[in-house]
Amino acid sequence: MKISVIITLKKDVLDPQGKVIHQTLDGMGFDDINEVRQGKYFEIDTNETDKKKAKAKVEEMCKKLLTNLVIENYKIIDLK
Amino acid sequence: MKSSVITFPGSNCDRDMHIALKKFGFKNKMVWHADADLPKSDLVVLPGGFSYGDYLRCGSMASKSKIMQSVINFANSGGMVMGICNGFQILVETGLVPGVLLRNKYLEFICKNVFVKINDKKNKYFKNVNNEVLEFHIAHNEGNYFCTNDQLKEIEDNNQIAIYYCDEKGTIEDQFNPNGSIKNIAGIFNKEKNVLGMMPHPERMIDTSLSGEDGSLFFKNLINNLK
Repeated sequence: MKISVIITLKKDVLDPQGKVIHQTLDGMGFDDINEVRQGKYFEIDTNETDKKKAKAKVEEMCKKLLTNLVIENYKIIDLK
Repeated sequence: MKSSVITFPGSNCDRDMHIALKKFGFKNKMVWHADADLPKSDLVVLPGGFSYGDYLRCGSMASKSKIMQSVINFANSGGMVMGICNGFQILVETGLVPGVLLRNKYLEFICKNVFVKINDKKNKYFKNVNNEVLEFHIAHNEGNYFCTNDQLKEIEDNNQIAIYYCDEKGTIEDQFNPNGSIKNIAGIFNKEKNVLGMMPHPERMIDTSLSGEDGSLFFKNLINNLK
């Protein structure tokens, strides 16, 4: 089973990279952007076939390694 | 006094730390990250570098390596654990000290000498240091200390801030903050103050032919406080 996870920075955390990307896009003519926030995307391929169990395991991975919950949120977006 | 320096894949200040510790009287052992057991130590140091290539988040992989469970147990039983630079990043990832280290505010790798002001001397790291301000070296890309408002209140209430970035007179102002850290924080303790994480490198300030000597001051004092 393939599972996708998106990790984003929490609202109050400064994202200097997102800011620079925003400025660059602005300079390229994409001048109607309010904000750019950069995140991370993971695809995890597991042998687990039970959807519920797979999701629970990925959730544990997110909490223990993939995210730092002081600054980031995670979202499990896709189970195939 | 016995010390242990942990080497992770990608550590690059481990040998400098070994030399510094030895110079000031520690019997130091180098410990590989994949070992399970920590040698008997009075001080454990997590050195600077780029453990695991800074993949995912700086320090995140190293914080899960085999030796770290022993280091965490050692710290939780009151053992002295000091994390410098990448070692500080590893410490925050273990949760032994609160907060995180984000990318520097202006997206630059910073490599220069800085002044830091000692905030608290009621601990074995800074007790009896005569100076209020020390000159150390920083070299990092992710040293921008951040924590939640609740965490900040807690670390201030418990007096857990170890050192602040400042000028040579000890003035703590935004213009002397190299990386955007909240409140100019350069280093913090855990609640019990046996664990210290800091971005500056005292081991780079121990040889008059290369640098200043405030690192010598720090290590001489540290070994005396541990005796």
